[in-house]
Amino acid sequence: MRPVDLIVIGGSAGSLQVILALLAEMQALSMPLLIVLHRNGGFESTLEGLFATRTNLPIKEVEEKDILQPGTIYLCPADYHVLLEKDHTFSLDYSERVNYSRPSIDVTFRSAADVYGPGLVCVLLSGGNADGTEGLLYVKAKGGYTIAEDPATAEVPYMPQQAVSRKTVDVVVPTEDLPGFVEALSRYGIPG
Amino acid sequence: METPPIRYEEMDLLLNDLYSRYGYDFSEYSKASLLRRIQRLFTLDKFPSFAEFRYRLQTDIHYFRRFVEEITVNVTEMLRDPGFYRTLRTNILPVLATYPFIRIWHAGCSTGEEVYSMAILLKEAGLLHKSLLYGTDINPQVIEKARKGIFPVSQMQKYSENYIQSGGVKDFSSYYTANYHLAKFDSSLTQKMIFSTHNLVSDFSFNEFQLILCRNVLIYFERDLQSKVFKLFDYSLEKFGYLALGSKESLRFSSIADRYRQVGKEKIWRKVHEAG
Repeated sequence: MRPVDLIVIGGSAGSLQVILALLAEMQALSMPLLIVLHRNGGFESTLEGLFATRTNLPIKEVEEKDILQPGTIYLCPADYHVLLEKDHTFSLDYSERVNYSRPSIDVTFRSAADVYGPGLVCVLLSGGNADGTEGLLYVKAKGGYTIAEDPATAEVPYMPQQAVSRKTVDVVVPTEDLPGFVEALSRYGIPG
Repeated sequence: METPPIRYEEMDLLLNDLYSRYGYDFSEYSKASLLRRIQRLFTLDKFPSFAEFRYRLQTDIHYFRRFVEEITVNVTEMLRDPGFYRTLRTNILPVLATYPFIRIWHAGCSTGEEVYSMAILLKEAGLLHKSLLYGTDINPQVIEKARKGIFPVSQMQKYSENYIQSGGVKDFSSYYTANYHLAKFDSSLTQKMIFSTHNLVSDFSFNEFQLILCRNVLIYFERDLQSKVFKLFDYSLEKFGYLALGSKESLRFSSIADRYRQVGKEKIWRKVHEAG
């Protein structure tokens, strides 16, 4: 077992229910957790509020230069890429969309892997585009641990399916087991 | 999976080279964004090794220019965040109207979309005739584009929606002439604009303004550089002038914060006291 330093969850279409279930499972956390969710602008406050109904942990939309705090759940703001700096602060980036997406899951996975290496856990959820797969490849190359929601049970299978077929994931977890799985990982560490 | 193209330590070498060779200082840019941009360029231009990339940058000034153009972020749009422009219309322009002459600085204006947005607002408020808009950027190529005032027609629908949401009541298409896939903005707008290169890291204040806009630029700077730039803006702003930042940027943690008041909910601050 090795300790987890950061968990990053990437989700797109059909991932909201899984994220809510996952948050409900997370009532104590010894590392930060970051959610990269594809969404339209204009939902910010609604989404933060909705998340807050599921967990006692503090929920915060990422602001630039925020220092990552253990036990805090961070949400990427709409329309910005979120990157991580070596001093464990966030950077925001308004450059071109990646995979038609901003925030892009690939961008955050990669950047997190540069800083956290083997202490990083990345989870790729339901979605209808190919974002996240390149990022997971990079995370694995840097020694991180990668999880995909099982495409067979995901609401929109395409995104996790891309990751699975490119052999970028350490473990594929059925939707209903995912919250418990990630929670156990945060508590006991990464196997192996 | 190939190995990562460029590592943090290699980027540091590169930044040192560029400073000693060309005098451009990127050492206080946010490293994660910068690394990503540099990796992107390295891949795009298909360099076989870091050593060759580094050598090319040291020896070829034309390639260095390309480097500056590619690693700076040039994504912008007209009337982005319509609520912000609505506040400009309703709260800020009526105050600026009381001045005999209005000077506005768009710092880091990229291809100029925000400068044209501002000119439209000023025109509709009947203030453009007594205004001057300065647009500056580190990147000479985007400044050249900004001067031309030609943007893709494909963007116009989006801009027109932004315009309406910002409180515009005219026909947005009356501000440009469409020709094939390009839209050229009216020369009555361009006449009041001055574009020039300016590096926020190393260049000084060049005038005094009543409004400075610098949106989505500071997110690429580390904290120390941000405070230097805030001081530059503070020095370049008249008392009771306004400073406008991007939707995720803030004056809150800066050393000038206690002399500024935020205007409503938007990221606009008014200078209420001069430096002591």
